Amino acid sequence: MEFKDYYQTLGVERSATQDDIKRAYRKLARKYHPDVSKAPDAEARFKEVGEAYEVLKDPEKRAAYDQFGNRWREGQEFRPPPDWDAGFEFSGPGGAGATGFSDFFESLFGRGRAGGAGFGTGSAHMRGDDHHARILIDLEDSYRGATRSISLQSPEVDGGRVRTRERTLNVKIPRGIVAGQRIRLPGQGAAIGSGERGDLYLEADFRPHPLFRADKRDIHLELPVTPWEAALGDTVTVPTLGGNVDLRIPAGSQSGRRLRLKGRGLPGRTPGDQYVNLSIVTPKADTEAARDLYRKMAEEMPMNPRANLRSP
Amino acid sequence: MPESPVFTGILIDEELSVSFSELCRFCDVNADLVVDMVREGVIEPAGGEPDSWRFQGVAVRRAQVVVRLIRDLDINLPGAALALELLEELEAVRRGFPNREAPRGERL
Repeated sequence: MEFKDYYQTLGVERSATQDDIKRAYRKLARKYHPDVSKAPDAEARFKEVGEAYEVLKDPEKRAAYDQFGNRWREGQEFRPPPDWDAGFEFSGPGGAGATGFSDFFESLFGRGRAGGAGFGTGSAHMRGDDHHARILIDLEDSYRGATRSISLQSPEVDGGRVRTRERTLNVKIPRGIVAGQRIRLPGQGAAIGSGERGDLYLEADFRPHPLFRADKRDIHLELPVTPWEAALGDTVTVPTLGGNVDLRIPAGSQSGRRLRLKGRGLPGRTPGDQYVNLSIVTPKADTEAARDLYRKMAEEMPMNPRANLRSP
Repeated sequence: MPESPVFTGILIDEELSVSFSELCRFCDVNADLVVDMVREGVIEPAGGEPDSWRFQGVAVRRAQVVVRLIRDLDINLPGAALALELLEELEAVRRGFPNREAPRGERL
């Protein structure tokens, strides 16, 4: 078992006052709260901070922990000496319900001594905690619906100790799911003894797509076009999640013009649209003939695209 | 090797509709806090009386976030409601999508 330096976790000195500890905890809790932080390890950091605070906020637990003084460092192999806690009485909220604290915490303070701090810990009754995970899926999975195999790290109670176990779940990805939406899997969260299991929530996010990006149900595509297609109008083939479609580009289009393909986004009661953003690509002027054509255009169609740009 | 089971979850979206008691169960909180969240305007039910309240998926999600913020950060309901709104605004800014209307393309 690895030693945990709770002072280091909270970034405070061993001589810190209870007020210092509370302040440090509050700052870190706001920073790493999984609903606030987008960092992938936010939930793990938040739990570490919560565990450290659970010990250091309680003068009795802190005094017991402080016996180890400077003899151990973070991550070092650790075994509590026999009777190490003789003479200390812990009073925390106790009771059943806490999960997710480290082996180190549990071996010192026992499972029943964890209190209310920490994401997904400290329910006052026997229902297991809900678990949360983010999953990355492809836009195509949402467009068609899919079944995906998902690997999750989940804390499991094994012989009175908590260990992290990897488990794989095959989960149906519902058609039309959008980024940020959650799939609730009842009874797939944590269990405490024989109590009712918590639920598992999977929050979906899309992997970057080579062509499309999604805004809720709408799909956006950058479409390169030639100057003559934009100026004269033309019909071009455009990819959508459902396959290629023909799109008419109106004559007189400029770069940045957005065209809408109604109902070609992600499915739903009101399906999303696909927005096609025109981007004019000019031909290379790499031959004398090409340069002559550009010069002729300059003569025949003089224009000043910067007419509206004036220094203030 | 036997085929492993395929789990079908419930999608928490605008088409989901849950009752008052189901929302309490989803958020693992007592009824009083849910009533307070409705009074505070964090979530808006359809239906007049609590017994006939129905909540959409977005309300489930907002309520869950507010409950966690209150519990984990030791803040009160108005503070958690403010944090929620700022987080939602930040999320919209991060996604950075223009919100203007586009002319409809003519499809052949």
